[in-house]
Amino acid sequence: MSSLDIAESKNSQEFVEDWSADKQTYHVPWGKAMMWLFLVSDTFIFTCFLVGYLNVRRTTTDPWPYPSEVFALELFGHNLPLILIAIMTFVLITSSGTMAMAVRYAHFRDKKKVFWFMAITAFFGATFVGMQVFEWSKLISEGVRPWGNPFGAPQFGSIFFMVTGFHGLHVSIGVIYLLIVASKVRRGHYDKKDNYEIVEITGLYWHFVDLVWVFIFAFFYLW
Amino acid sequence: METHAEQNHHPIGIYLKVWLLLFVLSTLSYAVDYLEFQGITRWSLIIIFMLLKAGFIIAVFMHLMWERMALIATILAPPIALLFLVGFMVSEGLNVFDARVEYFGQPESATRIHVSDVLGVKH
Repeated sequence: MSSLDIAESKNSQEFVEDWSADKQTYHVPWGKAMMWLFLVSDTFIFTCFLVGYLNVRRTTTDPWPYPSEVFALELFGHNLPLILIAIMTFVLITSSGTMAMAVRYAHFRDKKKVFWFMAITAFFGATFVGMQVFEWSKLISEGVRPWGNPFGAPQFGSIFFMVTGFHGLHVSIGVIYLLIVASKVRRGHYDKKDNYEIVEITGLYWHFVDLVWVFIFAFFYLW
Repeated sequence: METHAEQNHHPIGIYLKVWLLLFVLSTLSYAVDYLEFQGITRWSLIIIFMLLKAGFIIAVFMHLMWERMALIATILAPPIALLFLVGFMVSEGLNVFDARVEYFGQPESATRIHVSDVLGVKH
């Protein structure tokens, strides 16, 4: 592909048109543009947390605990490493899938399906938070604190509670957000203006929560 | 002007396929830990699976691949600044670590503690 082709490609032409004319830049509903901008700013917050984690893990001379042992669980007589976190990951991905279905059915104005898929998504989200509560109480009972733990570097506890706590807060808020929108869908609130954009916007938030977990899972639990 | 995103009648198949793919990729990342890959193999596999998962979530679930360039650039360009932050902190972190070893006499490689040694082996 020559440079001329790139300059004349449909995407870059649209890009120039959108930014150079004295008119609206983003051809999406304003709520969607605002949710995206919020998510970009939230990306910065979570990255700052993860970079803080990177920095303390790089600089500490204390031994870092083995995450796969700390988060292991005794299941059916087997000691499985990291199993709880794996299950939580699957629960969250499943909830992302059901959310995508809700967004899809919102385009067909299939109220019943939108409501149920959002309710299922909220259920999986609540399950995720429940498992996180279990994980927190297990670690606390084993002596893990924000200022120290018996398995090695004290920074492990502070990063763990800060990052998973902030993510869990996002999930909890998402569950409430989903339930509010789902019940409004069922009551026919969005039929008045035949405007179901909010379902897609809620979906963006929910997928973002799943996205952040992908990075936490990779860098904190697996690394 | 109606974009593809506004029509949004993507076949149900693409969501199910991506969903399945995310399951497979998550299982693979879990396998990295379960099979106890270490060192550069472990880190590169973790990063590859992570980026693939993130890419599919953003592109398909969040519909970004069907958006217009102006919105895509607004979302994806600012986080590039974060890569610089990561780079600075990696190099800074190495310096701090070296300083702690060299000037404060802290151990260069401490022995890691197994959980079973602290809590006792469970049966």
